[in-house]
Amino acid sequence: MADFLTPYIGHTGAVFATMLAGILCVVVVLLLCMAYLTYYERKVLAAAMLRKGPNVTGPFGLLQPMADGLKLFLKETIVPTGANPVLFLLAPVLTFGLALVAWSVIPFGPGLVISNINVGVLYLFAISSLGVYGIIIAGWASNSRYAFLGAMRSAAQMVSYEVSIGFVIVTVLLCSGSLNLSKVVEAQSHLWFCIPLFPMMVVFFVSGLAETNRAPFDLVESESELVAGYFVEYSAMAFALFYLGEYMNMILVSGMTTVLFLGGWLAPFGLTFLPGPIWFGLKIFVVLFGFLWARATLPRFRYDQLMRLGWKIFLPFSILYMVAVAGFLVATGTLPNGG
Amino acid sequence: MIIASLLFYLFAAVCIASAVVVVTARNPIHSVLFLILAFFNAAGLFVLLGAEFLAMILVIVYVGAVAVLFLFVVMMLDIEALAITDTLKRHAFIGAGIGLFLVVELVLVASGWVASTGAGASVLAIPGNVTNTQALGALIYTHYIYPFQGCGLVLLVAMIGAIVLTLRRRPDAKRQDVATQVAKPRGVRLVKVPTGSGV
Repeated sequence: MADFLTPYIGHTGAVFATMLAGILCVVVVLLLCMAYLTYYERKVLAAAMLRKGPNVTGPFGLLQPMADGLKLFLKETIVPTGANPVLFLLAPVLTFGLALVAWSVIPFGPGLVISNINVGVLYLFAISSLGVYGIIIAGWASNSRYAFLGAMRSAAQMVSYEVSIGFVIVTVLLCSGSLNLSKVVEAQSHLWFCIPLFPMMVVFFVSGLAETNRAPFDLVESESELVAGYFVEYSAMAFALFYLGEYMNMILVSGMTTVLFLGGWLAPFGLTFLPGPIWFGLKIFVVLFGFLWARATLPRFRYDQLMRLGWKIFLPFSILYMVAVAGFLVATGTLPNGG
Repeated sequence: MIIASLLFYLFAAVCIASAVVVVTARNPIHSVLFLILAFFNAAGLFVLLGAEFLAMILVIVYVGAVAVLFLFVVMMLDIEALAITDTLKRHAFIGAGIGLFLVVELVLVASGWVASTGAGASVLAIPGNVTNTQALGALIYTHYIYPFQGCGLVLLVAMIGAIVLTLRRRPDAKRQDVATQVAKPRGVRLVKVPTGSGV
């Protein structure tokens, strides 16, 4: 496509235009996925509770996400008196923006990635560790006790679980030999990492639930005690950006699980009649079901239980497993020598 | 390339400007947020230098962990915008003295600085097909292994020290013993209820 445009806008312009088109495609697809993730969630929850779920707006209730979105567009954004207006409005924008920029390094298929950088895994880790700022800033700028309590809980929770996520990622890197996400996927062409590293995948997934503040770790927003936690003061589009960001982060963590453990775009059992991006999407769909299933099934953790799980169970376990994997790779001489 | 130099001036200018605001801002929370902005722009400068590994580590360690804890602590303290008091004025005088001393020292060092003749060659020491993550790893885990492990030990000692200094054993604290709680008590039976029929 870049070659086709070169005679009209020059080489730099063509590269720029191609990149812009790629970003636009990813963003539009993501927003659609996010809208239908809310529908998926409501349907799964309804099935778990023997209800029907949304079924009135459009066939099978398929237009429900659109109706919800339109409603939020038409509402008024209220900035409370006593709030810090700049930071109050910056927080949702930051949350949503960070949820979007992380996708720039996720490979959707062979060569199908916006920015194929060599430190892709670290980039994702850095971006996900920034997510906490949107929440802390929102909690502080709202000038409300509920919001502040939610933000405090969130800061402790996200910092704690990041540590074990870091060790899980290091273990995957030991097996793949590269920080480039495309190469991590290619390293799984013979054996998906979910087989030798299955316990680490579980640790990663559960830490992912905690990172995205999802049930059973949703005591950041816990509606029964903090009303809605850090975004209690938000309305209309500012609220919608938080909501979008949360669901986008769910898709992102599912995408990371898929890339790191489930072979990314690789087809299972040699079923190559479907293209790579479709397989990638299907795997994300399956991992997302895990998120919704956990929400429908498990009661909320108490704060001390959350800290105990993160620091006393996941952290020692992931360090031990990492040392064991490194020892095994060195002992058998199978340490990858990638770039 | 012109875009690279434009980006350099952008990152450098924002970095210095936000560093200045860190010191001058009245509200400590704004200070921390501008500190984060300064970290970000420093990371951008690293990327321009081709040191993407350092850039990412800077963001992960400083922005993702250290600054979160700063913000956490500063938000917990109930500080309103600082008023300029007499003590602050007295301290400002000492601070200005130290600052002046540092500036003079820096100027003296910078004016006497001459690049060594081999400096240009050592910049290009990494061959093009090796990523800088690999190059860094190959150096710090072989040539600089003892200083590197020494740094790690210092951090470990500091961490243990911080825990020892702040840990209090409180006799009245309630603790949860998960094993006893999860263990099945007598007389309780688990029943599988068929879907849709009730007990």
